[in-house]
Amino acid sequence: MNKLKHSLILFFMLMVIWLLLTSPDLQEIIAGVITSAMIVLLTQKLEPVLGDVRITPQSIISVIRFIFVFLRELIVSNLDVAKRVLSPSLPINPGFVIVNTRLKSNIGKLVLANSITLTPGTLTTEVKGQNLYIHWIDIKEDDMEGATKEIVQKFEKHLEVIFG
Amino acid sequence: MMILGAIVTLAGAVFLFLGALGLVRMPDVYNRMQAGTKATTLGAMLFIIGVALYNQEFSIWGKAILLVLFILLTNPLSSHALARAAHRIKIPMTEKTVKDDLAQETYYLQDEEK
Repeated sequence: MNKLKHSLILFFMLMVIWLLLTSPDLQEIIAGVITSAMIVLLTQKLEPVLGDVRITPQSIISVIRFIFVFLRELIVSNLDVAKRVLSPSLPINPGFVIVNTRLKSNIGKLVLANSITLTPGTLTTEVKGQNLYIHWIDIKEDDMEGATKEIVQKFEKHLEVIFG
Repeated sequence: MMILGAIVTLAGAVFLFLGALGLVRMPDVYNRMQAGTKATTLGAMLFIIGVALYNQEFSIWGKAILLVLFILLTNPLSSHALARAAHRIKIPMTEKTVKDDLAQETYYLQDEEK
């Protein structure tokens, strides 16, 4: 079941990429269907990571919310870096902290780690089980609970609905 | 539309410049990575969107969206891999560092070889 879902989502994604790269006429679509189907068949032995994606009305709302949260954080993070780089005293207070996540699926952790890297002052360095090791440019919370609340939870509540 | 495209492209260039400045000013490899990743991601995204606004053809928009998606997926991944490798071979951190929870982990290379 997981495998079938993974194959369908992968096929759909490959078709969208193909259509964006080429012009949408009949010949191109037929070539795209054949190529996508071959890729899906040839990668059957790999782990079905996309099978963890949930497709429900709630998860679609969460995707849209997540995109807005993410874009806002990306812009805030860039202004933050700009501020630090341009100020003469270079205000940094860096170090590594541990945070933990409730997400179970690998793809959920991947999206979470990527989002953390692109948000203000944090860079995912290592992922071990439910723990993420994060380089934080300006440490505000010293303990794990505080850091988790500060860094992870704004994304986690949306990603939990999408990936579980 | 062309003016808007030019403005967005300029904003992208400004962020890319700030990223480059960050590489020069930050004290150690991890902080450089921070400045490098964030600024180049948004900078490159704005640059591509600006070019798409400038040209306004459907085919260019499709490719621009794809490029932005691939940058969003791969840019943080590469900086994560670089920072992880740097910490594994114990590249020293700046004196300003206040905390290193990752150093407690002793499963590094020696452990995995056993």
